[in-house]
Amino acid sequence: MKNHSLALKLSAGFGFLFLYAPIVALIIYSFNESKLVTVWGGWSLKWYVELFQNEQIMNAAWVSLKIAFISATLASILGTLAGFVLSRMGKFRGKTMMAGWVTAPLVMPEVITGLSLLLLFVAMESMFGWPAGRGTTTIVIAHTTFCLAYVAVVVQSRLSSLDETLEEAAMDLGAKPVSLFFLITLPLISPAILSGWLLSFTLSLDDLVIASFVSGPGNSTLPMVIFSKVRLGVTPEINALATLMILVVSVAVIAAIFIMRRQNRFQNP
Amino acid sequence: MINASTNTTQLTLLQRLQTIRLGRWFVILMPMLWLAAFFFIPFLVVFKISLSEAMIAVPPYSPLLEWDPNNAYATLKVTFGNYLFLFESRFYLDAYLSSLRIAAVSTFFTLIIGFPIAYLIARSGSMARTILLSLVILPFWTSFLLRVYAWMSLLKKNGLVNDTLMSLGLIDQPLQILQTDVAVYIGIVYTYLPFMILPLYTTLEKMDMSLIEAAKDLGAKPWRAFCSVTLPLAKPGIIAGCLLVFIPAVGEFVIPSLLGGSDTLMIGRVLWDEFFLNRDWPLASAVAIIMLIVLVGPIMFMRNGNKEAL
Repeated sequence: MKNHSLALKLSAGFGFLFLYAPIVALIIYSFNESKLVTVWGGWSLKWYVELFQNEQIMNAAWVSLKIAFISATLASILGTLAGFVLSRMGKFRGKTMMAGWVTAPLVMPEVITGLSLLLLFVAMESMFGWPAGRGTTTIVIAHTTFCLAYVAVVVQSRLSSLDETLEEAAMDLGAKPVSLFFLITLPLISPAILSGWLLSFTLSLDDLVIASFVSGPGNSTLPMVIFSKVRLGVTPEINALATLMILVVSVAVIAAIFIMRRQNRFQNP
Repeated sequence: MINASTNTTQLTLLQRLQTIRLGRWFVILMPMLWLAAFFFIPFLVVFKISLSEAMIAVPPYSPLLEWDPNNAYATLKVTFGNYLFLFESRFYLDAYLSSLRIAAVSTFFTLIIGFPIAYLIARSGSMARTILLSLVILPFWTSFLLRVYAWMSLLKKNGLVNDTLMSLGLIDQPLQILQTDVAVYIGIVYTYLPFMILPLYTTLEKMDMSLIEAAKDLGAKPWRAFCSVTLPLAKPGIIAGCLLVFIPAVGEFVIPSLLGGSDTLMIGRVLWDEFFLNRDWPLASAVAIIMLIVLVGPIMFMRNGNKEAL
């Protein structure tokens, strides 16, 4: 029994090492003075300074943040509706089909999603004249579509674990469907919607493939700029950028986990 | 709010039922129409364009319906040439097969590495469980592109992996790992690991540990108990995890293009090159349609299974 759990701990430990070693190495290399990323030249903040002076990266970061904010918000609204419809609206015509449309984008290879949306936009433009050209709008539509699926899944799983008696009680007391949703259901699922929004935001900020298909000239997002730089090899500025992004995300995720843990304790003591 | 409720009390019961039904359909149709327009219809467009010919025009493919102004009728121009081309050329067949192989091998290693982690988390106490789960989820939230990029500097000729192996005396000369299939396996296993661990953890957590105790009391060795009790009980999680890794890995583009060599053939990369370098939109569409047909089985299977596992 003891041996068994030692082997288990060792192999799990190896797994965690595998997960974290690359990230730690990346962070350490970002403080490397030397231009040759893998040769250690002493500690330095030089690449952070160069990063903030790089106008191309800063512009792309701004474009990406705007797109991520709008897409995450749209995806949260539509995704919450989709999750609600699938778990609280009973049976309706087309439900199975809709359930399929909600889960399939989660695993659909990005090249297929990207290509199909681009061809749709091209066809729409020649038929209705909208969207005129490709750029921020088309990227927002594409990101909303695939983020919507994530939000719907998170909301759906929250709704299915939720006790329906509260909603039933409100209905018995005469609440109308709309006020029932806004006064009872929405506050109960708001943590799920928030985590869906955050997930959508990071997914949109990170997407390279779909954005490459549906963006127009002069509308490069941050991942597109990063990809064109690292394709040629390792770049110290990108190490600095990666470190900053990992830092922000880690702080946010750790904070979110502790808030959720406290809330859970509060809800089921 | 008050005005609305006084208004509705004046309506007849039938009218109220109708407004509820209208509202219901409004709520159902909003997400449904969005998904139909931007998820489902695009596949029909891809299929349509896969049946046309590439030409130098804007957009670069031939129209499916050709309108003849003199005779006032339209002719349907459909070609299966793109599909025939895909089946006849060895290159595309090889690309599909090698994508499936790379995805399958990576999925297997993801399972081998992910299972002990999921098992350990499922068996930990409440606080340790929260910390370990956060450690698994954290990389999933950080940029996928940057996590792939992190491996580029580790796997280089003079990177950390080669340096470590050399200083341990395991190898005399640096190995060529970057730009080989091995680097692609490492990249896929690394980036998709959380997708394997989370569904595995969900099923293992629900597992009744007294069943294993019972098997051991009845004289089963740990390995035997694992094979005949734990594995069958964890099956839904194993299937869900494998599909969540396998399906997107087949069409992966970023990992083979950053970590793989020029001879690492993956269909996502072929589609990308066909589209962006050769600008052959109809052929790229045909490649996508065949990929979709290959993946539709696993996707349906996942949809049916995920009620238990996800």
